[in-house]
Amino acid sequence: MSKMNRIVLLAALGALLTPGSAIRSEYADVIINEKAEAEEMSPVIFSHWFHRIRYQCSVCHVDLGIKMKAGSNGITMDKISKGEFCGACHNGDIAWTVESCDLCHSGMSGLETGIKGSHQTTGPGNY
Amino acid sequence: MLSIHRSLCLIAICIAAPMLLAEDWKSLEDDGLHDPNNPAAKVLQQPEEALSVLAPDTAGNKVDWVQAIRLGQIAPRGSVDGAGTQEFRDTEIIMPNTLSSPPVTFPHRAHTEWMSCAMCHESLFVSKTDANDINMAKILEGEACGLCHGAVSFPLTECNRCHNVGPDDPVTPVSSGARIPDQ
Repeated sequence: MSKMNRIVLLAALGALLTPGSAIRSEYADVIINEKAEAEEMSPVIFSHWFHRIRYQCSVCHVDLGIKMKAGSNGITMDKISKGEFCGACHNGDIAWTVESCDLCHSGMSGLETGIKGSHQTTGPGNY
Repeated sequence: MLSIHRSLCLIAICIAAPMLLAEDWKSLEDDGLHDPNNPAAKVLQQPEEALSVLAPDTAGNKVDWVQAIRLGQIAPRGSVDGAGTQEFRDTEIIMPNTLSSPPVTFPHRAHTEWMSCAMCHESLFVSKTDANDINMAKILEGEACGLCHGAVSFPLTECNRCHNVGPDDPVTPVSSGARIPDQ
């Protein structure tokens, strides 16, 4: 193996082994695609970082009863329209309404429901 | 000799470059989740805009979220409408049964700055010394502390943030489980 080949190989190995070198979402982004694509909407991308700047954890996870396992909440547009789950804020008073479909249904097609890791970990269960 | 040095430099750069690049917040168009063709990718706030101005960290969102509150950079509401008062607790729980790792400190303060008691008690953790069977296997599977740490709160790569009791620290476990000072 030539010296250049060795360098390329080592560099490639280094890139592979370096945490965060792959393109990844922001830490703790949640993909919700239990029903979305089956109903011809793009998957929902929920960004924890955006929401936690504005609200403490327990507002959603205690007061609104949103369970901490992606896909386990059975969220539907009907429930949101009635003020449940996302609808507690996404009602035109605090945040945008259900009319702004794209702002939540903003994911690429084919994404599976789950929580995404970050620069340094690939998330629970994958760590 | 020179060419060996040059090769080593090249290798170092090749290895370091992705690490340095990983410091950046990905734009929504490039995050592998948001559809760049969706109009939202141009409308939604970009992570870098929001996060680069907060207390820095090396892991997770690259934000020290507890510091961000303490420095007054953010003031996340404790209820949907922002009404109500927040309950803080200062007691620290020391968990000494950590095999070869340093003992763990659980700081109530940092946690109550971010959430109400009901987030953990009594469903996730019983409010009683020695009553909670916590271990790393569970945490790595996303149970106990791992329900949040490794998913949203700082990741499990940061061992010494929890396993932080030094051998000379004045800790006197009063039982096989936890010590609760300041009570």
